[in-house]
Amino acid sequence: MALCHDFAMIKMHENRPLAFQAAKGAEPAPPACIEIDGETITVASGSSLASALLLAGRAPWRGSNVSGEPRAPYCMMGACFECVVEIDGVPGRQSCLVAVRPGMKVRTSDGKAGQ
Amino acid sequence: MTGRQYDLVVVGAGPAGMAAALQGHKLGLKTCLLDEQPGVGGQIHRGVDRDLTGALRSDDPDARRGGALVAEFQASDIDYSPETIVWHLDPDGQMAVMRGDETEVLSYRHIILATGSIERPMPVPGWTLPGVMTAGAAQATLKSAGIVPSGRIALCGTGPLLYLAAAQLMDAGADVRVLVDTQEKGRLRAALPALPAALTAPDYLLRGIPLLRAPANAGVEVVRSVGGLRVDGDDRARSVSWEVGGKTRTEEIDWVLLHQGVVPNINLQQAAGCDIVWNDRQHCWQPVLDDWGVTSQPKISVAGDSAGILGGEAAQHLGVIAALGAAARLDRLTPAIAKQKAAPAHRSLRRLKAIRPFLDILYMPGREYRMAGKDTLACRCEEVTGGEVRSAIRSGCAGIYQIKMYTRCGMGPCQGRMCGLTIAEMVADETGKPFSDVGEFRQRTPVKPVPLTALAKLPDAFSGLEIGDQVSEKPVTAKPVTTEKVA
Repeated sequence: MALCHDFAMIKMHENRPLAFQAAKGAEPAPPACIEIDGETITVASGSSLASALLLAGRAPWRGSNVSGEPRAPYCMMGACFECVVEIDGVPGRQSCLVAVRPGMKVRTSDGKAGQ
Repeated sequence: MTGRQYDLVVVGAGPAGMAAALQGHKLGLKTCLLDEQPGVGGQIHRGVDRDLTGALRSDDPDARRGGALVAEFQASDIDYSPETIVWHLDPDGQMAVMRGDETEVLSYRHIILATGSIERPMPVPGWTLPGVMTAGAAQATLKSAGIVPSGRIALCGTGPLLYLAAAQLMDAGADVRVLVDTQEKGRLRAALPALPAALTAPDYLLRGIPLLRAPANAGVEVVRSVGGLRVDGDDRARSVSWEVGGKTRTEEIDWVLLHQGVVPNINLQQAAGCDIVWNDRQHCWQPVLDDWGVTSQPKISVAGDSAGILGGEAAQHLGVIAALGAAARLDRLTPAIAKQKAAPAHRSLRRLKAIRPFLDILYMPGREYRMAGKDTLACRCEEVTGGEVRSAIRSGCAGIYQIKMYTRCGMGPCQGRMCGLTIAEMVADETGKPFSDVGEFRQRTPVKPVPLTALAKLPDAFSGLEIGDQVSEKPVTAKPVTTEKVA
């Protein structure tokens, strides 16, 4: 199932990944290892988890509550709840309001679909 | 759950909150500052201490003022709690907060809510597609993480922040292709009667002119007075379209950044039972306050943009005034001395307030963009369209609560933060009622969704608590993403 999920992500991003990039002149943030849906990945530290996941090209990582259509972070300031993930077993956390911490275990609703 | 006690609790680490906490601390009040974000600064000064964007090196007076305030705050020994969510506020002096999965009850003698603003919802077709964000979201992400959207960007909407975000994104190397300005024709003429008052602060106006020209000067196409803005895509945004002069134009893009001004973030005020009124000039709700920022609840004050939109500089002054008022109430100062100490802040505020009517009228978003169309989602969480909302109103749902019960609008995780204003606008539009009769979505405890485990940890102090519909054992992300969905 994990393979199917990866394939879907590749298909989704076949033209140009939906991702952020480093700003011109900005120093790259030191990397940190986190676990997302069971997979260990390296992301930028020193910012919110939502920012780090956007930079890593992981958006969208959740489905809407009713129809399950893909959603990505919208407001990045704690209002829209489109960036929600489970962190270290606590569900419903707004990832734009949580700093990246090495070793944090993140679960997305997207990932659960493949499990 | 130790039940820490403070003379003064301040919520929000933007300019109003930091200024209020510093002022309260200086007057000897045992002060605590709580903030949702990982770092201080609020939205306007986010990341200013790390200066990832180089704004401090430039001549930007906002960044300099923010940098100085953040430095002063960080040098103080005020109790500061980041990543902390206030999910219950009792007007009698108790509150419940959550940090990670830790719930704690705090006691306050006075509280200042400095929760800032949120961007006004802009429910255009396609606004829920991945790749559509607010311009403020892109700006905040640039400031706090030093990153920008990768790919072709369209900025759409109205207001100076849209132009500021465009300029900042371009400076940061982002590929801004087009700025689509939805400002209605005739706004400048409508705003002219307010211009003389605005000219009492000419520096403020003059600073705006190069800002508004920056995108065009940098070679970005600027299209004005457009209607029919929409975003199309499949599993993500692919293009943005608009109508101008009877013709439709479509641009292929990767990102659409929407913005049509900001409105006060009043969730905590509402949940604590503070009186709210409609501001007709700014088209939004705001709290009823006295001269010191005190609400209808005597232990609760509001400062900064969450009291009504006046901007970051005014927020700092309002924070000082609110803290002086709190100190007077807590008998730290005589009312006469508090008044004397607040005088300079009031003088600066008069100037900053003078410019506001002109800006409010000039940048009032058009009717088309304040309501959701027939097939456009008004409520992102429960996926309720503008058409469903209108038919609920026509079938007799007179008040905003009936619409909520009938359509589930505002019952999702965001609790109406994203749709409340849209629904109020649509009810007023459909029924012709004044906004005061329409009413607002009133947030209830928990103000933000909390796991049941957090509630279970609460002491008996809250045994009589009326709990809203945001308690769930299930994560709010319970449904899978469907990637095969055909548009």
